[in-house]
Amino acid sequence: MSALTGRPPRREPRSVLPWLAAPALVVFVGFAVIPLIGVFALSFTTWDGIGAIHPSGLTSWRAVLTDPGLPHALWVTFLVMAVSWAVQTPLSVLLGVFLAGRQRYRAVLGVVYFVPLMLSSAAIAIAYKALLDPNFGLGAGLKIDALSKDWLGRPGLAFAVVVFVVSWQFVPFHTLIYQGGVQQIPASLYEAAQIDGAGRVRQFFSITLPQLKYTVITSSTLMVVGSLTFFDLIFILTEGGPGDATRVLALDMYKRGFQASLMGPASAIAVILVLVGLALALLLRRLGGRDAGASQLEGA
Amino acid sequence: MALSRRTLLGLAAGVPVSVALAGCGSSGPGKSGGAATYWYLNGQPQEGVRAGAVDAYNKAHPDGRINDTTFQNDAYKTKIKTAIGAGQAPTIIWGWGGGTLRTYAQAGQVEDLTSWFDEHSEVKKSLFPSSFGAATVDGKIYAMPCETVQPIILYYNKKVFDRVGAEPPKSWDDIMALVPRFNAKGIAPFALGGQSRWTNMMWLEFLFDRIGGPELFQAVIEGEKNAWSHPDALTALAKVQDLVKADGFIKGFSSITADSNADQALLYTGKAAMMLHGAWSYGIQQADGGDFVSSGGLGYMNFPPVEGGKGDPSDTVGNPAQYLSISSKASAEQKKIAKDFFATGVLQDQEVKKWIDNGSVPIKLGTEKLLAASKSADFLQFTYDVASKAKVFGQSWDQALSPTAAETLLDNIVKLFQLSISPKQFAANLNAVIGK
Repeated sequence: MSALTGRPPRREPRSVLPWLAAPALVVFVGFAVIPLIGVFALSFTTWDGIGAIHPSGLTSWRAVLTDPGLPHALWVTFLVMAVSWAVQTPLSVLLGVFLAGRQRYRAVLGVVYFVPLMLSSAAIAIAYKALLDPNFGLGAGLKIDALSKDWLGRPGLAFAVVVFVVSWQFVPFHTLIYQGGVQQIPASLYEAAQIDGAGRVRQFFSITLPQLKYTVITSSTLMVVGSLTFFDLIFILTEGGPGDATRVLALDMYKRGFQASLMGPASAIAVILVLVGLALALLLRRLGGRDAGASQLEGA
Repeated sequence: MALSRRTLLGLAAGVPVSVALAGCGSSGPGKSGGAATYWYLNGQPQEGVRAGAVDAYNKAHPDGRINDTTFQNDAYKTKIKTAIGAGQAPTIIWGWGGGTLRTYAQAGQVEDLTSWFDEHSEVKKSLFPSSFGAATVDGKIYAMPCETVQPIILYYNKKVFDRVGAEPPKSWDDIMALVPRFNAKGIAPFALGGQSRWTNMMWLEFLFDRIGGPELFQAVIEGEKNAWSHPDALTALAKVQDLVKADGFIKGFSSITADSNADQALLYTGKAAMMLHGAWSYGIQQADGGDFVSSGGLGYMNFPPVEGGKGDPSDTVGNPAQYLSISSKASAEQKKIAKDFFATGVLQDQEVKKWIDNGSVPIKLGTEKLLAASKSADFLQFTYDVASKAKVFGQSWDQALSPTAAETLLDNIVKLFQLSISPKQFAANLNAVIGK
């Protein structure tokens, strides 16, 4: 504040910047670091969530690491992550490129595509659950046999539905990122390519995609780390079912902690979740090269 | 540039969490103020009766009010545990008694009401004696029984039975014989809200009782080693899988939730012929099914015997009552209001009448005349008989067991119904949590 009043404008980046970070830091420490330490401590205890907390060493960790439910949940989480990435990325890139055009109808379509992002995950899950109900849903109502499958009652189908709904919800967001990325690409590159006789497809693969490298990394990081914490949507849609077909790690943690009253093992899973998330974020940063942050063309 | 992005990301990461946390906090009851708080389940028609009792009490006691909040069934089971653990419990805790109440009592989270019931013996004497079993932990009473007795009943759609020309089943073999007949007509033999899990559990409760007698599950409660591997238990588990394999349940049952009443709708719309469900279903069928109940479409019976089984066919399972406990963390003022509500606000004449109108049997003694005069007299008399003449009234398993054991049970029941584990694997998984 003092920099704004009276004094001649002298740049003091080193003393001003930390102050700017303060609000974020307070939020981060209060809502991420402190709970994280608490969870780490809880993972070495036995607690039913109601009575007293008893320290119990590695009991919870042993219980979690020997439970076949953990590798299964990890596998499901990984599958959701991989498949939803593989579905969302091409769709978002193509839509993003399409919407980056300047025509008016594209702007109108862009607004329409954006709608799913404005709905809450819970609302989306409830709506899809009702639409996909095998007896009272869309298929049964319109008497379309192809649509009246047991969407959420069969392991493979339920998994596909989860990926579909997740993609439906988040493709607009990533489209937006790519749209911004594409618009940052200098038009001169395309003009040069046109003179060289490159067609649209060739331009896309030789200019657009390489130029979007850092946008892809940003978008993928958000997708991958975000998919680790998918909870609300899956919880309402399938509750991890049928059986444990869609029981991702976050859901497994919730069920152990709050339904089975095993806070110790649930905390151990939470720690695993954090470690996996950090490892993935780090890995993606490495893939992008160390100077990813310095690039000017990465866009948003 | 780099910094502002990080700030944004920090905010993006932090804000939803803080909003979510604030959301949790604000819905928890504050300890300030003299009013007592009371959480219970929503869903009509029951919700209206509960709210009516609170409203009536508040009208009579303007300076010692009760503030009520409602929750969905499955959401409530989690919410109330979290709230109690966090010291944010409502003054009056609505529940099912049994194993969950035991964990509250052992953690010292609920008031011991034994001496209060001694002082107010008129309250105790006015209620079904059988309702106190699930309110009692180690000889002490920790909850006031309330509301209605809810045995699990086998409902059937008479119109569908007439159309197919079938008779209600008198035995398990009859059930298995009915399955292909209904399936041939494109009608599901049984409605089931399988995603809710406890709905599937009711099938096992009856099969265990009919095949092995009540001592079969009692052995689990008493912590007997390998109680789930008893040959009778394995037979019961195999039988339920036989029914699944024969397409006994509605297509897509694993994705149907009971909280949405979609399973109920299957029965009154005639998409399913039968349904095993709690006594509360009658009220739902009556409220949602148009003229289904009033035109005599709804049939009901106790679960039929299984050939060669040891259980008494009069036995039933379900909820002997609902239960109200008082949080030990509440202020003295709030506790006083809660106790006063127990004595003068719970199961008063108006509430009793409303329960009866909804087709439920309140756990209050001396209501025979009211029951007989009701438009649902037949069903009420039936429920009353099932509840009072049962040789054994077993408590719902997920409520009788501790939350930890119950969660393992429910998880494995779903897998059993999915046919993804065998009866032997089921037994092994559950033997591992006996006594936990």
